[in-house]
Formats: sequence, structure tokens, C-alpha cells
Amino acid sequence: MEIWRLPISASQRGKLISAGYTTLSSLSSISSSDLARESKVSESEALDILKFASHSHSGGSEMSSGNCSIFEGAQNAWDMLHEEESLVHITTSSADLDNILGGGIHCKEVTEIGGVPGIGKTQLGIQIAVNVQIPHGFGGLGGKAIYIDTEGSFMVERALQIAEACIGDMSEYNRFIRKDFQACEIRMQPKDILGNIFYFRICSYTEQIALINYLDKFISEHKDVKVVVVDSVTFHFRQDFDDMALRTRVLSGMALKLMKLAKKFSLAVVLLNQVTTKHTEGSFQLALALGDSWSHTCTNRIVLYWNGNERYAYIDKSPSLRSASAAYSVTPRGIRNSSSSCKRIRMM
Amino acid sequence: MANKMISEIPLPKSIANVFAARNISTAKDALSLTEFELMELLDVGLTEVRSALSQISEIVAPPYQTALSLMEQRFQNEHLGGHFPTGLKGLDAALCGGIPFGVLTELVGPAGIGKTQFCLKLSLLASLPTNCGGLDGRVIYIDVESKFSSRRLLEIGLRSFPEIFQMKEMAQEMAGRIFVLRPSSLSEFTQSLQQIKVSLLQNQVKMLVIDSMAALVSGEHEQGVRRQQTLSWHISFIKSLAEFSRIPVVVTNQVRSQSHDEASQYSFQEYLSCAVQSRDGIVETPTRYDSHLVAALGIHWAHAVTTRLVLEAKSGQRFIKVAKSPISPPLAFPFHITSSGISLLSDEGMELMGPEINSIHCQGHNEIINFRMESLV
Repeated sequence: MEIWRLPISASQRGKLISAGYTTLSSLSSISSSDLARESKVSESEALDILKFASHSHSGGSEMSSGNCSIFEGAQNAWDMLHEEESLVHITTSSADLDNILGGGIHCKEVTEIGGVPGIGKTQLGIQIAVNVQIPHGFGGLGGKAIYIDTEGSFMVERALQIAEACIGDMSEYNRFIRKDFQACEIRMQPKDILGNIFYFRICSYTEQIALINYLDKFISEHKDVKVVVVDSVTFHFRQDFDDMALRTRVLSGMALKLMKLAKKFSLAVVLLNQVTTKHTEGSFQLALALGDSWSHTCTNRIVLYWNGNERYAYIDKSPSLRSASAAYSVTPRGIRNSSSSCKRIRMM
Repeated sequence: MANKMISEIPLPKSIANVFAARNISTAKDALSLTEFELMELLDVGLTEVRSALSQISEIVAPPYQTALSLMEQRFQNEHLGGHFPTGLKGLDAALCGGIPFGVLTELVGPAGIGKTQFCLKLSLLASLPTNCGGLDGRVIYIDVESKFSSRRLLEIGLRSFPEIFQMKEMAQEMAGRIFVLRPSSLSEFTQSLQQIKVSLLQNQVKMLVIDSMAALVSGEHEQGVRRQQTLSWHISFIKSLAEFSRIPVVVTNQVRSQSHDEASQYSFQEYLSCAVQSRDGIVETPTRYDSHLVAALGIHWAHAVTTRLVLEAKSGQRFIKVAKSPISPPLAFPFHITSSGISLLSDEGMELMGPEINSIHCQGHNEIINFRMESLV
């Protein structure tokens, strides 16, 4: 019974079925007034039902993009390739890290970054919120950032330090290329960078869900937002939840909305996650928190870990990047390449 | 905000009635369900559910601030931009002014290392007037293990600030600002916390010290993971208390020995070390802290604190290390305890590489707490 697929209320569905309309094709050739009379629903309801039915039933007549799209709303892979290649990435300020990420944090995708306390997740989050603002002339997106803080770990002084270092790096770059090309004048001040970070402080999971619902409207009003950083997505979901099944449903609903946001506004979503211990194969191992179902919901997954005395990042899951790890370091200027001489990028 | 009543949100009458009829009275109830669940429960279409949810979300979502206005607000309204100087110059410099307001700062270390001494000094400092570097306010000291000694407190005061403490009225005034609570069980602690939250602002409390957090659960009978879960409500409550009152909260923690099946690496780390081994014959051993001591209360607590200061003893010398901080590099400062409290032997911190900053040593130190350790040099 295809009627189940329509987004209508249960009582409307019941009325349709009792009137004998069980398939979508049966709705395709009836007028709204006949439907209203036979199923005992109002005229406007009948109109809505027919609209929903025609949307899900239609064949190839409606083309949204103007090219050969056999299924409505679909895009063929060749066109997508063109789009993917033209996307700019958000640099992490560490060339090695950018390398394994294929240029940086991808827009239109949800990237999850997790690690033990003190490894540098918040540092990376703040670095990305600053780097998204790098102007087009320097290869950046020139966009704004939304920073959703659930733990209170965002320190404005640190953001200021990183912003100053970013501008310092851009001036440095200018000096090198001044001889050959027209250098892009930097009119940004560190305070401007701070002014372009929209900061939200969340105190409970209800507020977290509400905010993610609200982001659609917020970003429509602030179209230049190009990254949403959630630090951390785990905190409020680790306690207060007796019903684990509910937690899984709520989390996956949230992940879907974030994915939609990323695609709709062509922005990057970065979720910072915590670590928990998991008992597998007879031993305890570290794993990212929020469970196995959550681990499926993000597009990319990066794990930050200690290896000897170095901080490393490992691509745990990605549809287009190969598994690799690279060293990075946290300096007073922000995230940078690791300074040790024996660093190397290891491919699996 | 989360417990906002649906009745207070301006929704269209029809849907508001349906919410009430189905017993969904708070925003929390409505937002915890997915769109389809709400459709089933309320018997309305998708568009109405979506518009109701977006209206509720807009009201419940917190307002935003730019990072710039956050900074300006903090520098205008708060003492030193939201930092409480500890009097230890090197540490204050590393922490950009001192212990941050509004978040948890943890002191962890073996028994007898100086955590309570540090807490006493901080309580004293907070009670002093601002021209002496204090917060000019009251301090709530939650003393779980009955270690608070007012005699020691006054001795520290007399030695560090003789000009104030030599006058009896002033000493009485300052000591009178420190309120000591001694909860004997976890439930009493819970009650005290709830009372504190209510009266925090009107009583001009400027700092909260909890000494120690681990002792609260060690009296309870649960082990391991359950023990951590017992405290999870308290952790988020204390964090929210710190957040809304914008006061520094200092919490001490104990250490315990590391058990052998302690999780220390991810599943892919084994593969990585195997792959490297087969390719170029170099073996990378997995990271494992070589000290036998780790902070108690587990990894969830470690994530919840914003700043972690590790106090340890190594080769007979005591160090205070900034193990986790959003603003400071991993520095270690040697310190010692004198009659005037805790003081740094050097303001130049040593920068420690790698996870060394997190390890807790107890060498050359008289008191050993855990008898399960094999050897202690």
C-alpha cells in the first residue's frame, strides 16, 4: 500500500484506505472535489493529498537541473564531479593534515573529529573557525563561522591569539609574492575575525536539538556562514539519557539535519566528539563516544591520538580519502605542522 | 530554557491543543521525539509538525553573540577579563591571567602533595579585597574529607599578607568570608549543591572549592563504570552552576593505580603499528603511560574539566603541571610548600612533550596510597 509513503496524518490515511484508495496510481486521475467527497476529507486536505501523491509518483517530466535527469531530484555523477572539484576546502593550517584531508575540511560534508582530553580538539575547532574567514585572494572561503559550545571550552583569548597568528601568516605570504603577483591587501584585523564567529552556548540537549533546528533559519539570514563547529556534540548526550533507543533516534535525527544544512548551504559541519572505552575482542580499547549507530552517521571521521610524543590525526572513515595518519602540533599560533624531523605521513 | 512550557510558546491554537491533549507539556518532551513520532502521536500532517517544531526550536534555542562581543563583555564586566590570579606568577602567565571563571579547574595528584594547601591559599586569596589581588567575595569550601584547617588558613594569611592579618578584625572578616560545608554522604552533597545554586548570587559567592570530588564516590559501594555514572549528574550540575554564575570552581581529585586492562589505544593503532613494522622493520610501540598512577573518576570526568593541573613528585621535587588547558602550552613548574602556602621555585615553566604532561609520578615522596603497585623508585 503506497499510501503509507505519503506524509499525511494517520486519520487522513485511514479515510483514504477505507474509501478504497490504496495505491498512488488510484489517486493520479481523480479530481480533488471527488476525493473530498468520497473520502470525507475537506477540499483543502484533498488538494494537499493529491499534491503529495503527484510528487512521489511523477515520472520524468519534471527536470530540476535542465540536464538529462531521469529521476526527479537526482543528479548524475558526471555533473557531481564537476561540482566536487570546484569546492574550496577549509585549511587546518597544517600542511600535512591538509594533505591527508585532500586539501582541508570539505564543504557540503559532515566531519567528525574525536580524541582524548587534551589532544587539541577545541584548538582545531577554533583554528577552523578562524581559517574559514581567510579571504578568496589567499585561497580561502572568506566566510563566517558558527561555534556551538556545549562545554564552555571556548576561550576568547585563545581565539584572539590564533586570529593574530593567521593574519601574521597572511602578511608573510604577501611579502613573498609581492614581487610576482598583485598581492591581496589585508584589511582584516584580529578583532574583525572574532566578530565573524557567531558563538552559541548550549546548556542541555534540548537546547542543542532546538538550536540545530533553528540553524536553517539563522543561516538563511546569514548566508556567508561557511562552517558550523559543534564542540562537543557528545557532552549533553552522555548523561540524562536512560532510554538509549531514544538517544540513538535523537542523535540520528540531529545528524540528518546537519547533513541537510551542509548540502543546502554548501558549508562544512565539524563535530567534535569525546572518547570512551569499549570492550572488544577481550580487551578494552578507546573508541569515539555515542555508540556504534552514531559512527555511521558522519561522512568523515578523524581520530586525534598520541603516538609517542607526537599528536597524530588518523582518517578513520571517509568516502573519498584513503586511510592515512599525519602528525600535527598545537603551538601558540594554533595548529601547525609537527616540528619533529622524523615526521612522516603514513598510508595504510 | 529547556523546560519552557509549550503553553507559553505562541503556536497556532489547534496544534497547541493537540500537544496539551497528548500530554506534551514542555519543549523538552516535544523536541525529544522525531518528526514521524510526533506525526503519529498527534495525528497531524508533516507540514504542521515541522512548523510547530521550528517555532518551538526558535524560542528554545539560545541567543548568539559574536566572539568579539563576548570578549568585550568579559573584559568590561569581569575581574581581569575572567581570570582569578593565583599568586603563582609563572602559572598565572601560562593561564593568561589565572584560573578561568565559569569553568571547572581540577587539581589532581597523589595524597599529601599539596592539593588542599593550594585550595586553602586560593580560598584565602578570593576573600581578600581587590586591591590585594582578591575577588572580594565569599568562598564556599566543600570539605569532604575533613581536611580544612582554619588554623593553617590563618597561618598562611599571616605569612603572606601580614599587613592585613595582623589586625584581628581584618583576619576575622576575611576568615568569616569562607564557608565550610562538610557533607557526609553523596546525597547530602547533592542537597548542598542545589541550595548553593539558589543562593549563589545573592550571597556574593565568588568561588567554589570542592575538596575532593573522588572522595564523594569512594564511600559508595559501586565500582568502575557505575561509579563514574553516579557522578554524571553532579558533573553537569556543577558545570552549569559555574557557567551561569561565572565564578571559578576548583575541584580536587585523587589518583589511583592503573589497572592492566586499562584502555590506552584505538583499534586502528594496532593496525598502524603492524603495517609500519612489515614495511620498514621499525617497531612503534603503542603509547602507554609508564607511570602507574592515573587520575581517578575516569575519562568522562577528564573531558568535563576545562583545566587540569597535575601535582606530582619526581626525584624528590614537586611539580605542578598544566596538563589540559585551552590556552596554555604543557608546562611544568617546580613548587614547594612553605608556611605561607604554596609557592613556585621557578616562574619559567619547563615545556613537556607528548603525553608526559598527563602522567602522575609519585617518586621520592613519603606517602604512598595504593599498595597494589609493584615498585616505586
